[in-house]
Amino acid sequence: MKNCPATLLSLLALLVSGASQAADTVSSAVVSAVAPASAVVAAAVPAAEPPLNWNAIVMFLLFVGVTLIITYWAATRTKTATDFYAAGRGVTGLQNGMAIAGDYMSAASFLGIAALVYMNGFYGLIFSVGWLVGWPIILFLVAERLRNLGKYTYADVVSFRLQQGPIRVMAAVSSLIVVIWYLIGQAVGAGQLLHTLVPQISYVQAIVVVGALIITYVTFGGMKATTWVQIIKAGLLLGGATMMALGVMSHEGFSFEKLFSDAVAIHPKHLDIMKSVVPIGAKANPIESISLGLTLMFGTAGLPHILMRFFTVTDAKAARKSVLYGTCFIGFFYILTFIIGFGAIVLVANQPAYVADLSKSILALKGGGSMPAVYLSHALGGDFFLGFIAAVAFATILAVVSGLTLAGASALSHDIYASVIKKGKASEKEEVWVSKMSVIGLGVVAVLLGIAFEKQNVAYIVALTFSIAACTNFPILVLSIFWRGLTTRGAVLGGYTGIIGSIGLLIIGPTVWTKVLAMGPAIFPYDFPTFVVLPTVLIVAYIASITDNSESGKKEKEAYDAQLIRAETGLGAEAAASH
Amino acid sequence: MSLLIASKIQNNPKYLQLVKRRDTLSWTLSAAVCLMYFGFILLIAFAPEVITQPISNTSVIPLGMLLGVGVIVASALLTGIYVFKANGTFDPIVREIVEEASK
Repeated sequence: MKNCPATLLSLLALLVSGASQAADTVSSAVVSAVAPASAVVAAAVPAAEPPLNWNAIVMFLLFVGVTLIITYWAATRTKTATDFYAAGRGVTGLQNGMAIAGDYMSAASFLGIAALVYMNGFYGLIFSVGWLVGWPIILFLVAERLRNLGKYTYADVVSFRLQQGPIRVMAAVSSLIVVIWYLIGQAVGAGQLLHTLVPQISYVQAIVVVGALIITYVTFGGMKATTWVQIIKAGLLLGGATMMALGVMSHEGFSFEKLFSDAVAIHPKHLDIMKSVVPIGAKANPIESISLGLTLMFGTAGLPHILMRFFTVTDAKAARKSVLYGTCFIGFFYILTFIIGFGAIVLVANQPAYVADLSKSILALKGGGSMPAVYLSHALGGDFFLGFIAAVAFATILAVVSGLTLAGASALSHDIYASVIKKGKASEKEEVWVSKMSVIGLGVVAVLLGIAFEKQNVAYIVALTFSIAACTNFPILVLSIFWRGLTTRGAVLGGYTGIIGSIGLLIIGPTVWTKVLAMGPAIFPYDFPTFVVLPTVLIVAYIASITDNSESGKKEKEAYDAQLIRAETGLGAEAAASH
Repeated sequence: MSLLIASKIQNNPKYLQLVKRRDTLSWTLSAAVCLMYFGFILLIAFAPEVITQPISNTSVIPLGMLLGVGVIVASALLTGIYVFKANGTFDPIVREIVEEASK
């Protein structure tokens, strides 16, 4: 822990000094090694240097200070592997419910849904609904069974009665793809957001700060620190979003009718924003709508950092309660983001202070597409509230990135190193050490990729991560829990079908093939491949399992009874640590 | 978990009944959520004119907005029902089964 004060100091220096010489040298060295991107973002910076946004900086530093103290506290209480990966399994239902909400309410869903609603109106609601309905499914089908069967990762559950090696490699590959791409999205978002809000901090500096902080949280404080960072951030985000929604509603005389009529009057597409079943300007496409729906619902139930949260609670009962709390928080939050999006149409659009060029569009904002919620806070509460919301948005990214990094590190250390390479013979100490090294590695990778992807179109990242989670992790997990007949062969072939199928179809789909690679009309005409890949995975896993007549396959089917007893009764489940 | 305890549980009719009841509840509620949600999605996909009609002549609020918020609220309610049922009904049965098997 003795590095902690030094880290904090260097971060302070990085943040406060607008053009810290040392940081610039370091970051430009990093940049030139990775990408031709320069450390200066030309777009989005107004010609005159605006004054330093002290409100945002002070509040952000306050958050960093508090979370570092918590990390120190957690570090003194993190001794065993169970402490590190699963917070000693001492997290209560309410705490985990908040942490789940914290993990899930990313900046993408806060700024992203508000921005979708701001641009397209009704269409944004489809995302709010789709991202929520995965939660009841998690509760009904996986939450408590996951707690009863697993130790640190969801691969523990899938490999409970199947062969360790091939299953864990498959699960780790899919987890790492999801985690790393999700990380890139968050890192790019963090860099752009912080740079727009505090132009004195460059994109690269912002990403380096994020990387350094999450490495500190996770390596020293493990799951305990990560959980508390999530809880604090969830409280801040819920509080901030509630204040914004209340501000909007009080401006509109607490009448939804008035809010929506005002938005219709101001938005350039007028009444179309109430009829947008697809993004405004896009052609209606029923199959795409259905595939999007499948991806959002089942992708949620397959995200490795979300599934990992169920190993931190004391027992199945706490796992259950935490989903109830989490669902209520997340549902409430999504309804708020919807109000915030419409509020932004009324209060932010057409305002010269926020719009980039009124003569071209009254919607396009300074600083890019994710800004409506941020500017709304300024319209409602001036610099102070803007500072608060900006700090909350940044805290959100930090918290989500911490959770993701820990999930990725446990796939590497627990699944690959301890179970596959060392075949279960690694000591706890070694495993935790590998895990911490993985955290540092993943943190550095996230920073480098975040810098490399600065100018890239990262719009496909949500589709990619949710598609893999929906087509691989979710179906294989559910089959392993509920279907006696699943064998290693079925799970592995099904799993790789999901990974390769989703990535392959995304590459030849419109977002990557046409927009990113500019190769002309897409070979596969849908953005979300789930409607093809998910059924294929189920069919492949089914056929490969029922035709598996091997001796080991037979044993795996017989072992289902013991698995079922443990899943249903919790007998033999990992106990909560005593301290 | 010893083999003896496992076989005792395996042969306890309460256990078999518990598994059946919990599975029935889990899958019924999952089906209810899927029905609601995919009903909403299918309306969006195939009957956008239904989803986008205003809730009254004087209102700009489309029916779909109420349905969407309704799906969110109903999902939270169904989650509550499951937790209530599992904590109140299933957990005591699980405790009984485990106690009987450890005798």
